[in-house]
Amino acid sequence: MEFPLYKKRDVAIVGVGTSKFGERWDKSLRELAWEAAVPAVEDAGIQGRDIQLVIFGNMSGGLFAGQEHVGALIADFLGLNPTPAIRVEAACASGGVALFQGYLAVASGLYDIVAVGGIEKMTDAPPDRATLALAGAMDSEWEAYFGATFPGLYALIAQRYMHEYKLSRETLAEVAVKNHYHGSMNPLAHFQFKTTVERVISSPLVADPLRRDDCCPISDGAACMILVPAEKARRYTDTPIYIKACTVASDKLALFEREDITTLRATIEASREAYRIAKLSPADIDVIEVHDCFTIAEIIALEDLGFVRKGDAGRLYEEGETYVGGRLPVNTDGGLKAGGHAVGATGVKQVIELVKQLRGEAEKGRQVSNAEYGLAQNVGGSGATVVVTIVGR
Amino acid sequence: MSMLGIPSHWRRRKERYRLIGSKCEACGKVFFPRREICPNCRRRGRVIDVELPGRGKVYSYTVIRVPSEGFEYYAPYIIAIVELENGVRVMSQIVDCNPEDVYIGMPVEVCFRRIFSQGDKGIISYGFKFKPLDDSWIRCYEEEAKISVSEMKV
Repeated sequence: MEFPLYKKRDVAIVGVGTSKFGERWDKSLRELAWEAAVPAVEDAGIQGRDIQLVIFGNMSGGLFAGQEHVGALIADFLGLNPTPAIRVEAACASGGVALFQGYLAVASGLYDIVAVGGIEKMTDAPPDRATLALAGAMDSEWEAYFGATFPGLYALIAQRYMHEYKLSRETLAEVAVKNHYHGSMNPLAHFQFKTTVERVISSPLVADPLRRDDCCPISDGAACMILVPAEKARRYTDTPIYIKACTVASDKLALFEREDITTLRATIEASREAYRIAKLSPADIDVIEVHDCFTIAEIIALEDLGFVRKGDAGRLYEEGETYVGGRLPVNTDGGLKAGGHAVGATGVKQVIELVKQLRGEAEKGRQVSNAEYGLAQNVGGSGATVVVTIVGR
Repeated sequence: MSMLGIPSHWRRRKERYRLIGSKCEACGKVFFPRREICPNCRRRGRVIDVELPGRGKVYSYTVIRVPSEGFEYYAPYIIAIVELENGVRVMSQIVDCNPEDVYIGMPVEVCFRRIFSQGDKGIISYGFKFKPLDDSWIRCYEEEAKISVSEMKV
C-alpha cells in the first residue's frame, strides 16, 4: 500500500462541531445534522455558501430511521442547495471514511472548503430493528445467518484473547471504568456517570464473556468539521489542526476467515501506512481515540496500533496509564462506551475530540497537557474496514 | 438474520447442507465460504468445489444471551468458530451441549439442523451446526432425568 499522490496538498481542520450524543428523542436525522454543522461553520468563521462539497458518513439511515438519500437531505436542510452532497458508508467506519474522502478532495486540489461529517439516528428504530441494521455490517450469509450478533463477534475475539494472553475479567472491565470516568467530564457524552469494576462485572451477560457494561450504547448523534488546504488555514483560524495522515485498510468481512482473531490486521496495515506518511512513530502520539465498541476492542487496538506489545495492553489498565494524566491517554471524551456510538458519526467525532485536545479546549479534568499529536482509529464491523487518522498542531 | 426470499437460500444449499467449500488448484489453499477468486492467486488461480471434513475443534466460542431477531427461541445458544481438521474455519452454532460445558479445543462434528424459521408462513432455513464429539450431550439429558426422578420421590 503506497500513497499514490506525488504532489498533494496538506489539509487542515479549521472548524469543528459535535451534537450531544444520546437518546435524542427531540431530534430527527436532519436536526442532528444542523446541531453539528452550524457550530462547525461558526468555528471556521465561514458562511454556508462558502462550502463547496459536503460528505457525510451514515451507516443505515434506511433501517434506523427509514431515510436513505441522506447526502441530499443534509444539504437541503442545511440550506446548502445546490452544493454537491454525498453520503458514504462503511458500517461503523462510515464517519472515518467520510473524513478520508474529504481529505482526498482537498489534498488532490479539487476543492478548497469541504464540510465532512457523520450522522446516525438510531433510537427511532425498535431495538430488534437496530440490531438487524447493525448485523448488516457482518457477513450476512455466513455469520448473521447462523445467529451471530455483534456483541457475539467481539465476544469470540475476547474469549480467544483471554485464552491466549490470560487477560483477567477485571482488567477488561477497567476499560469501561476509565471511559466512564472520562465521559463523566464530557457534557456531550451519552453517559456522564462513573462506574466501577464490580458494577461492570455484575451487569447482565450479553454474549459470554461480554456483559452489558462492556458494550457501547446505541446513540443518536452527529459531528461535522471544515477542511481547507493547509496553506490557507490561517485565514480561518489561529489554531488550525493539520491532518498528518488519513489512511484506510480493508480485511475479510467475516471474522472466522481471519488467521488471527486477537488482532485486527486492517488496524496494523492502516496505522503502519499512517505513521509512514506522517513521519511519526507511536512514541510521538500524545492522545489517542480508539474504537471501543466493546471493551476488548480497545485492548487489541492499542496493541495493533503499536503502543504496546501484543498481549501486554492489559498491564496499561492495571497501572492506570490510559487515564488523562497517564502515559497513554486513551478515549479522553469517554470513547464509544461512555461518549456514545452513533455509528456513522463516530469516526468524525473521534477526530474532533483530538482537535479539541490539541487546541487545549477540552473540559477541565480531561484535558491532556500540551498535546502535539493525536491518533484516531475507527473500525467498521468486526474490523473489515479501519480508518486511522493522525492530526498535529 | 436474513429474512430474504427463496433464491437467497436455494443458491447457498451446497455450502449450508453439505459443507462445500472452495479449493484453489494453483496454490492448494481451501476456503469457506466458496469463492470465485482465490485471494492469493486471483486470475492465475483455478477454484474448484471441495467437501470439507465434518470434524474439528472449537477455536473460540460465546454464549448468545441477547439473540438477534428470529433466534429468540434458541437463546441462550452457543456460537463458535470451529477449526476443521484441514485447518479451515467456519462459524456455527454448537448444539446438544450445555452452554457451561463448551470450551476452546472441544472436539465437535457437523450435523444438519434447522437454523431459523420466518414465522408461521415463511421459509424454514436449514444448515449445518456442530455437536460435541464425545457423549457429554447424552449425559446432560441423563442428569436432567435423574433430577426429575428424585423430585418425584419427594
